[in-house]
Amino acid sequence: MEPKIKMCTRKLDFFYDTFQALCDISLDFHEYKSTALIGPSGCGKSTYLKCLNRMNELIPKTKITGDVKLNDDIIYSSDVDVVSLRRKVGMVFQKPNPFPKTIFDNVAYGPIINGEKNKSKLTEIVEKSLKQAAIWDEVKDRLNNNALELSGGQQQRLCIARALAVNPEVLLMDEPASALDPIATQKIEELINELKKKLTIIIVTHNMQQAARVSDRTAFFYMGKLIEVNDTDTLFTNPALKQTEDYITGRFG
Amino acid sequence: MSQINKEKGVQFIFLGIALLSITMLFLIMLFLFMEGIPVFEHVSIKEFIFGDLWYPTDDEPAFGIFPLIIGSFSVASFSAILAIPLGIMTAIYIAEIADKRIAEIVKPVVELMASMPSVVIGFFGMIVVAPFLQKFFNIPVGLNLFNAGLMLAFMAIPTICSISEDALFSVPSALKEGSYALGATHLETIIKITIPAALSGISTGVILGLSRAIGETMVVLMVAGGAAIVPGSIFDPIRPMPSTIAAEMAEAPYHSEHYYALFAVAITLFIFTFIFNLAADYISYKYKQTEESY
Amino acid sequence: MLQKISWRRKNLQKAVFFSFSSSAFLNGILLIIIVFFLLSNGIEAISWEFLSQPPTDSMTKGGIFPCIVGTFLLCAVTIITALPIGVASAIYLNEYAIKGKLIRIIRMGINNLAGVPSIVFGLFGLAFFCIVLKMGVSIIAGGLTLAIMTLPVIIASSEEALKSVPDTYRQASLAMGATKWQTIYKIVLPAAFPGIITGAILGLSRAAGETAPIMYTGAVFFSPVLPESPFDAVMALPYHIYVLATAGTNIEETLPLQYGTAIVLIALVFGMNLIAIILRSRIRKKMKI
Repeated sequence: MEPKIKMCTRKLDFFYDTFQALCDISLDFHEYKSTALIGPSGCGKSTYLKCLNRMNELIPKTKITGDVKLNDDIIYSSDVDVVSLRRKVGMVFQKPNPFPKTIFDNVAYGPIINGEKNKSKLTEIVEKSLKQAAIWDEVKDRLNNNALELSGGQQQRLCIARALAVNPEVLLMDEPASALDPIATQKIEELINELKKKLTIIIVTHNMQQAARVSDRTAFFYMGKLIEVNDTDTLFTNPALKQTEDYITGRFG
Repeated sequence: MSQINKEKGVQFIFLGIALLSITMLFLIMLFLFMEGIPVFEHVSIKEFIFGDLWYPTDDEPAFGIFPLIIGSFSVASFSAILAIPLGIMTAIYIAEIADKRIAEIVKPVVELMASMPSVVIGFFGMIVVAPFLQKFFNIPVGLNLFNAGLMLAFMAIPTICSISEDALFSVPSALKEGSYALGATHLETIIKITIPAALSGISTGVILGLSRAIGETMVVLMVAGGAAIVPGSIFDPIRPMPSTIAAEMAEAPYHSEHYYALFAVAITLFIFTFIFNLAADYISYKYKQTEESY
Repeated sequence: MLQKISWRRKNLQKAVFFSFSSSAFLNGILLIIIVFFLLSNGIEAISWEFLSQPPTDSMTKGGIFPCIVGTFLLCAVTIITALPIGVASAIYLNEYAIKGKLIRIIRMGINNLAGVPSIVFGLFGLAFFCIVLKMGVSIIAGGLTLAIMTLPVIIASSEEALKSVPDTYRQASLAMGATKWQTIYKIVLPAAFPGIITGAILGLSRAAGETAPIMYTGAVFFSPVLPESPFDAVMALPYHIYVLATAGTNIEETLPLQYGTAIVLIALVFGMNLIAIILRSRIRKKMKI
C-alpha cells in the first residue's frame, strides 16, 4: 500500500538576502513515519525545517519561493493563518528552551493560548502529554516546580511534551539531542520511535547513527540541495550516489 | 482573519504609544517657541543674545542674555575640567583594573551619586562649601562660579563614568588579548587598545555629562550667586540661564514681556542642550560598537 | 634568556593605576562626606513629630508631614502614567519595530527628551498642563510633568529588560502557535517583569528628588491643609528644602529643619535606589543559572 503523503515541498528555493540557502527542494514526508534530514553543517537542513512551519519568517530579509503543502493545503498561501499552521506543525528546538514557569504551566501553555480554560481538562492534557513524552513519572510529584530546575534531558522531554499538548499532526525536531548526554539522548530516541506511531516526525540530525536508529526515511542535503532521499536502510547500505556514500562513510570534508 | 486583524491592531496601538515621547518633545518645542517668540517684538534677536544688560523688571527693561549664556558656559566648562578626568578615570578603574568584588561596590556608589537630588547638592554647597570657600580663599562671598562648578562636577561625574564604563566594558576581550599576546602591558593595552576602541562611547558620555551640567537648575540657582554679569574671575558670582528662569518665573506676570523673555531664555537653553544631545546621539549611532536594533 | 621587566615600565603602570583607583575612591569619599554632614547636623531634627506633623509658626517649627504626602502623591501620578507608556514604548521598540528611519527618529526623540533640562520641563508643564489644559498648579500637573521627564529612563530600562529575555522563549512560543501578542503578554513580559520594576523604581527615585519641574506646576510654598483632590497643589520635600534654605522667614533658625528634610529626602531616594540595585543584582545572578 502506498503511504499517505502528510507534508511535501515542491521546487522550494530560499534566500537570505541575496544568498540562496536552499535550491529547488522537492521532498515528501509520509504519514506516521519519521524522516531524518542529514548533511554537513551549513547544508541548509535546519533552514529547510524552519520553512515547514514558517519560522523562517521571523528572520528579516529572507525570501521563499515554491510550494509547501500540509495535507492538501498550501501553507504559504496568503489566506493561511500562520498561527493555526504552527498549532498543527509543532517544533522542538536544538537546545531545550522551557519557559521560566512551572512544569505544569509550560505544558498547559499551548492549550491555554488555544482557549482552553477548564482546569480539569488542562490537568488531563498535561498528564497525557507528559506521559507521551515519557517524563511523567519523573515530574508528577513536582508539577508546580520551576521547569528550569530539571536536568537538560528532562527539559528537552518537557519541551516535547509541551509541543504534544496541542495535538500536532507533524513534529519538527531540530537536532533535539545535540545538547544532551548519551543517556538522555537514548531516552529521546526511544521516545521518537514511540511517537511516530501517532504523528509524523521530521528530524534534523548531524549524527548518522542517530538517523539510522530513529528514522524510516533519510534525506541527504548538501550545499542547499537535496542530493538523495530513500528508505533509511537503503540509503545507508546502498546509496545511489557517490556523494552520499562519501558522506555516510565519513570520507567527507 | 479576525485574529490577524487583532494582531495588527495591537501593533498599531504600541506604535502610537511609542510615538508619544517624540510627540512630547515636539510639544515642548512648540510651547517654548509659542511663549518665547513674542519677546522679539520688543527686542531684536541680536540684542537679545549679545546684549550684556539683563534688567527685565526695570521701567525701561533690558533683555540681554549674554551674561547668562557666558555664566552657563563658564560654569559648565569649569565643572568639565574636574568631571571629565575624574569620570573617565573612575570608569577605567571599574571596567579594567578593579577586581570584581571591589567594582561591585564602586559601581553602586557612582549610581548613588547620580541619584543624589540636585536640591540636596545645592543645599550642601550653600551651607557647607560656601562658608568654607569664603574663609579658605578669603573672598567676600562663597556663592560663586567656583562653588557651582564643584557641585556641578559632582553631578556630571556619574553620567560620564557610567556611559564610559559601558563603552569600555563592551570592547571585545579578543582585542585586548591580542594586545597582551604581543607583549603589551596592562597599561599599554588600556591606553592603546581599549580606550581608542571605546572612544565613541566615552565621548557620548562626556557630551551628555556636559549637557546635564548646562541644563542643571537647582545647583546653580542655589550656589552660583545670581549676579547677571560676565564673570571676571572664578570667584565671581554668576547667573546661568536655568537659574534665571527658575528664580524669575514666579514674579513674571503671565504673558508679560518678562514672561516671554524667560521662555526665550528657555529656547536658547533648549537649543544648546539639543545640539549636545544630537551630537551624542549621532556619535553613538555612527560609531556603534555593537550591532543594535536601530 | 628572558629579559626582566623594566623598572620604568612596571612603576609607570603602578603610578597610573594608583591615580585611577584614587579617583574612583574620591567619588566614594565625596559621597560619604555629604551624607555625613547632613546626618551629623540633622539627625537630631528627626523625630516622630517631625515626620508626622505639619509645619508651624511660619515654617520655623513643626514637621514635614505634608511634604512627605505631597512627594508621595506626585510620585503616584508619575508612575501611574509613565510606567504603562514607557513599557508599551519599549515593547514596540524591542518586539515589533523593524529597523528603519521611523525607529531611528523615535529613538532620537527619546534620547533628546532625556536630555531636556529639568527647568524646561517645568516651563512646559506650566504652559501646557497648568494653563492650556487648565489644570492649574496641582498634583496632576506636577505629576504629569515629572512623568514626561521620567519616561526616557523607564523606556531605556524596560527595553534592556526585554532584551535580556532569551529569543528561544519567543521562538518556542511562536512555534506552538501562539500569536505575537500572546507571546509578549504571556512569556516575554513575565520574564522581563523584575527588570522592568527595577527600572521603574530608578525612574521614580529620580522624579522624587526633582525640584525644578514641580516649582511652577505642582508644588507650593506652604499649604495648611492636606490635598483633597488631584487638582490641589501640595508641598513637596525637595521644594521645601529649597524654600527653607533660600526664602524662609529665618534661615539660620530653621537650619535643623533643612538638614532634617534633606535627610528624609535622601533616605527616600537612596532607599529606592538600593532596592533597585539589590533587585538587579539578584536578577543577574538568576539569569546566569
